[in-house]
Amino acid sequence: MKKRISRNDVIFLVILLTATAGVLVAYERTVTRADAGASASVRVTVDGSVYGTYALGEEQEIPIVQDGVTTNVLTIRDGKADMTEADCPDKLCVHQKAISKNHEMIVCLPNKVVVEVTGSEDNGFDSIAR
Amino acid sequence: MKTTDSTPLRDKVAYLGVFLALALICSYVESLIPFYFGIPGVKLGLTNIVVVLMLYCVGTKEAFAISMLRIVLAGFLFGNLFSILYSLAGGIFSFLVMYLLKRTGKLGVLPVSVAGGMSHNIGQIAVAAFVVENINIFYYLPVLLVAGIITGLLIGVAAQEIILRIGGRLKR
Repeated sequence: MKKRISRNDVIFLVILLTATAGVLVAYERTVTRADAGASASVRVTVDGSVYGTYALGEEQEIPIVQDGVTTNVLTIRDGKADMTEADCPDKLCVHQKAISKNHEMIVCLPNKVVVEVTGSEDNGFDSIAR
Repeated sequence: MKTTDSTPLRDKVAYLGVFLALALICSYVESLIPFYFGIPGVKLGLTNIVVVLMLYCVGTKEAFAISMLRIVLAGFLFGNLFSILYSLAGGIFSFLVMYLLKRTGKLGVLPVSVAGGMSHNIGQIAVAAFVVENINIFYYLPVLLVAGIITGLLIGVAAQEIILRIGGRLKR
C-alpha cells in the first residue's frame, strides 16, 4: 500500500502552518483587541460608502434603508452592536455575534452592508479607507 | 493524466454524470447540516472530496468541469446568486492551486487538500472585499486561513483514504 504521507508533505504543511501563524501574529499586532470603550462607535457602510456612524454608548435601533427598502436592522444594546434583522435568505449576519471590540465587524454580503467598530483612537488604515 | 478520449462519448458522459451527482449530494448534505463556526462563510467543503478524488483518479479537465458545474447547480438548488459568485471565486482559485501543487509531483493528497481549503477561503474573501468595496474585510483572513487548514486536513484525510481504497478502480 502507498504511503499516506511523505517527508515533502510534512515540510510543505509545516511551511503553510508557519505562514498562517505569521499572518496571525501580524494580525494580533495590527488589530487592537481591547474593548473599544464607551467612546467607541460603529460605522455602517453600504456599498463602499459610509451610511452613518453611531455611538455604542446609547441604546438604539438603526434601520438600514436601501432604495426605500429596509434591508437590515442594527441594534445597539449594552455597548454592543448586533444585526437583528436582514431580508436576505441566509441571514449569516444575523447569526453573527454582537460586536464591541475595535475593528470587529459584521458583514452582510448580499446587501453589501458592513458594520465595523471604530475605537476612540484612529489608525492610518481607517483614514485611508474613509 | 489519463485520457478518456478513446472511450465512447456516451460512456464518458455517464461516468462524469455519476461524479456530478455525487458532488451535488455532498452539497445537499452540507446544506442540511447547519455548520456554524461563528464565522460566516466557513464550511466543511464536503464536495472537495469529489474534486480531489477526480483530480487524482480521473483527470484535470474532468475534475474542473465537475467542480464548476457543481457550483452553478448547487447554487441554484440550495443557495442564491451570491453564493454562486463566492463559490466560483473560491472554487476556481483553489482548483488552480491544487492542480499546480499536484503537478509538481512531489506532494501527496493531504497538503494539496490543505492548500486547496486555504486558497478557497482566500478567493472568497477577495471577492467579498470587492463586492462590499471595503478592504477591511480582510481582517477575517487569519480566521479563514485557520479554518481552511482544518477543513482541508479533514477533507484530505477522507479523500486519501478513498483514493487508496478504490482509486485504482476509478482510473480508466
